[in-house]
Amino acid sequence: MLSELFPNVKMEDIWTAIGETFYMTLISLAGTIVLGILLGLLLFLTAKGGLWQNKILNFLAAGLVNIFRAIPFIILILLLFPFTDFLIGTIRGPKAALPALIIGSAPFYARLVEIGLKEVDKGVVEAAKAMGAKTHTIIFKVLIPESMPALVSGITVTAIALIGYTAVAGVIGAGGLGDFAYFYGFQRHDFDVVFVCTVLIVIIVFIFQFIGDYIANKLDKR
Amino acid sequence: MITIKGLKKVYPAKHQDVLAVDNLNLEVSKGEIFGVIGYSGAGKSTFIRLLNRLEDPTEGQIYIDGKEISAMGKQQLRKSRQEIGMIFQHFNLLWSRTVRDNIAFPLEIAGISKGKRRARVDELIELVGLKGREDAYPSQLSGGQKQRVGIARALANNPKVLLCDEATSALDPDTTDAILRLLVDINEKLGLTIILITHEMHVIRKICHRVAVMESGRVAEQGDVLDVFLHPQQQVTKRFVEQVMGDKDQEESLHLLENYQNGKVARLHFVGETTNQALISQVSKQFDVAVNILQGKITQTQKGAYGTLFVHMEGSDEEIARAIAFIKTTSVEVEVDADAE
Ligand SMILES: Nc1ncnc2c1ncn2[C@@H]1O[C@H](COP(=O)(O)OP(=O)(O)O)[C@@H](O)[C@H]1O
Ligand SMILES: [Mg+2]
Repeated sequence: MLSELFPNVKMEDIWTAIGETFYMTLISLAGTIVLGILLGLLLFLTAKGGLWQNKILNFLAAGLVNIFRAIPFIILILLLFPFTDFLIGTIRGPKAALPALIIGSAPFYARLVEIGLKEVDKGVVEAAKAMGAKTHTIIFKVLIPESMPALVSGITVTAIALIGYTAVAGVIGAGGLGDFAYFYGFQRHDFDVVFVCTVLIVIIVFIFQFIGDYIANKLDKR
Repeated sequence: MITIKGLKKVYPAKHQDVLAVDNLNLEVSKGEIFGVIGYSGAGKSTFIRLLNRLEDPTEGQIYIDGKEISAMGKQQLRKSRQEIGMIFQHFNLLWSRTVRDNIAFPLEIAGISKGKRRARVDELIELVGLKGREDAYPSQLSGGQKQRVGIARALANNPKVLLCDEATSALDPDTTDAILRLLVDINEKLGLTIILITHEMHVIRKICHRVAVMESGRVAEQGDVLDVFLHPQQQVTKRFVEQVMGDKDQEESLHLLENYQNGKVARLHFVGETTNQALISQVSKQFDVAVNILQGKITQTQKGAYGTLFVHMEGSDEEIARAIAFIKTTSVEVEVDADAE
């Protein structure tokens, strides 16, 4: 029945493509979370009135974030070719997409982290200071736990953007569902393949959204 | 216990700097509940935040328990802060932690081991009356319960001083009273020195031993609560006293005498009374006079009852004179207004 509707869709190839999409999304998501939280903290802490208030550092961090957010993703991939080649040893395949994916989405997530941290009640930070807390205690025991629902929602939004980016990266040969849809569907005029890939990507996005919302809700005790 | 000398705080601003605290000098003794009252913007919060250096002073010295807070380096300051508890108007609890974990937070900061933390938290929960709510999150608590958590948290590391910034201002009157009783209780049980900031005179009246009235960053007046109530010197202070006692002049202007053909109207001043509270019934039993209370207001302070009663005494002149002579032998002051003839 399915093979009649979608004569050109080979299940084992589709599974491989799904696997590659998940691989790229999850690994780059992990990298994005780490880098994004670090950058977001840096933005927040060096801002005016922050714990490490520092005009120059804040200017540099904000500049870095703004520049990388301004570069369209497809151009960022091209721009990073030499760097990727140096780091991964190739510019093709799911692994080679990782640097561009992480560098493309970390600044975006960093802004979301910064917004989440800004929403932490200043009074609570002040209470921690009044108890004699060190800065790292304030970061790890106040700022991060108190902004956790926002950090998780941010991860959800970023993950979904990343799924989109993996499809774009697919067009230049990164693998995954985007790659599959382009090379096996679009270029061979097998539009049933394009259609199936689209549906699968939409399903993956929904799954991420559902899991993200569930976790954020569970964490929120406000 | 706490000595403050020439304390000054200036907030720089574009057009005109804000002088939030101006040449403030204070002395607070050990075990005392010291109140600071003032209207909004008087500099009270700035003052209390200077005490644990949440704000750095522009000038002046702060000594707490012999140590100069104002001269400390970062690390030393952190250690000292563990010995200064603080509670806030809006509680400032971590919503992500349960009651138990909120109270444990300062213990974690002080590096107390997990087992000891648990025992100490249990003690504190008992002390502030939150048994059974250990595992609730702040969002599941009432305002009064949240402030109890705040108090338990502030006491966790056995501080010598407790700073309270408008600790009851977000609470309803009944809850306010319960929290104030808890503070008195802690003060007596633990011998803790408390500095309490408020804009409500009844808070001062109920629990403070001494009070300073702040206006535009300065201490306008300070002294024993009773003295300040009885003999307010400054206009601000008078207004605060009126908050609790009503307007004295207005009472005096009433024509109390017009309705009485005979007898005498007397004014009784209770000044920190603890022994003569049954005075009226004593007088009417011992002397052949009928005592009508016309009006008045008596209020309870930490040092006893304080206030004025207007009474009308009916009876023979001699008997009234004897009754008044008797009252004069007590510590209640009496003024006879006029003959009602
Ligand atoms: N961080 C700040 N920056 C600038 N001005 C401030 C700051 N905090 C307080 N002020 C100013 O200092 C004065 C005293 O404020 P505050 O201590 O909060 O008074 P209170 O607690 O008695 O209402 C006010 O004029 C206020 O605007
Ligand atoms: Mg204030």
